[in-house]
Amino acid sequence: MRYIEPHAHMVSRTTDDYEAMRLAGCAAICEPAFWAGFDRSSVHGFYDYFCQLTDYEPKRAAKFALPHFSWLCINPKESEDMGLARDVLGIIPEFLKRPNVLGIGEIGLNKNTRNELEILQAHIDLAAQHDQLILVHTPHLEDKFKGTRLILDVLKADSRIRPERVIIDHVEEHTVGMVLDAGFWAGITLYPESKATPARAIDMVEQAGLRNIWLNCACDWGRSDPLAVPRTAVEMARRGHSAEAIDHLVYGNPLRFLSQNPRFQLA
Amino acid sequence: MTRQQVLDLYFMDARCKLIELAAFLDRLDRSEGAPDFRFEAFRGALAALSSAPSERAKAVLMSLSDPTLEPLDAAPGKGACGAWPGRQV
Repeated sequence: MRYIEPHAHMVSRTTDDYEAMRLAGCAAICEPAFWAGFDRSSVHGFYDYFCQLTDYEPKRAAKFALPHFSWLCINPKESEDMGLARDVLGIIPEFLKRPNVLGIGEIGLNKNTRNELEILQAHIDLAAQHDQLILVHTPHLEDKFKGTRLILDVLKADSRIRPERVIIDHVEEHTVGMVLDAGFWAGITLYPESKATPARAIDMVEQAGLRNIWLNCACDWGRSDPLAVPRTAVEMARRGHSAEAIDHLVYGNPLRFLSQNPRFQLA
Repeated sequence: MTRQQVLDLYFMDARCKLIELAAFLDRLDRSEGAPDFRFEAFRGALAALSSAPSERAKAVLMSLSDPTLEPLDAAPGKGACGAWPGRQV
């Protein structure tokens, strides 16, 4: 089996996880910028983080013959501080030139506030100016339905944004339809407690079809499983899905979306 | 999959989760103190589960979700708790 892990926060994981993912058939890892579990005190913290994502982490992955790509942003959990967010937005363009950067992400909303929305719009504007792919984080739990609707409204209001170049992540049963129907890609995140389990993820895929959907583990410093995608592939096989269908979902689909950026090259 | 195959694959797992759910409700009954909004939201979700003729996962998720569309003026915190406090059952 081969698969692409399109969303993993490897800065929070051990080297053993890189090895396990490689052994499980991982062909590439993509790492969006996210919240560290605490608020960074200044733009300098983000500068160092972006260096880690674009320089150090690719070297760590390369030790296991794993291509590593990244996405850049200030995450919505820190977007309430508008001054800090503007400062971070100001340093992103210089990092967009780095060879492993795929786009702007994971941007989006957390508690669905006016400040978060304003910074989301600023990120979308930045992506449009630099012709970047966009990876969107939708809010957690009770805030997801509202946040997804607000995010779709913002994206659809910007005529420069092409839906096929945007993936909206962490969809669940109550949001996957609205995302796909609007022409965007949908990401299903596999978590032990929140988001989706392997069984529910496959249920959604079986109902929506193999169209523009990818699976990801979004492993980070919380409860999460870096092997969630291959585990879900095994679950698909248990249900009788063909090897071709599984490959289409866990390898072909992320390859198709990510290859819209010519930097996404697999050896 | 046939219905038989679904049952063969998932019945024991669903049975386990159903008993965990029942035990959680019993545990709540034995506990002291006033329940908060999450308890009412949970009861609402159980009602949604029972009454929805199909798409039960979606119905449960919707019963726990904020249905409004107006952005908040300020974030009340960073985390989410799994139920929307504004819903009165």
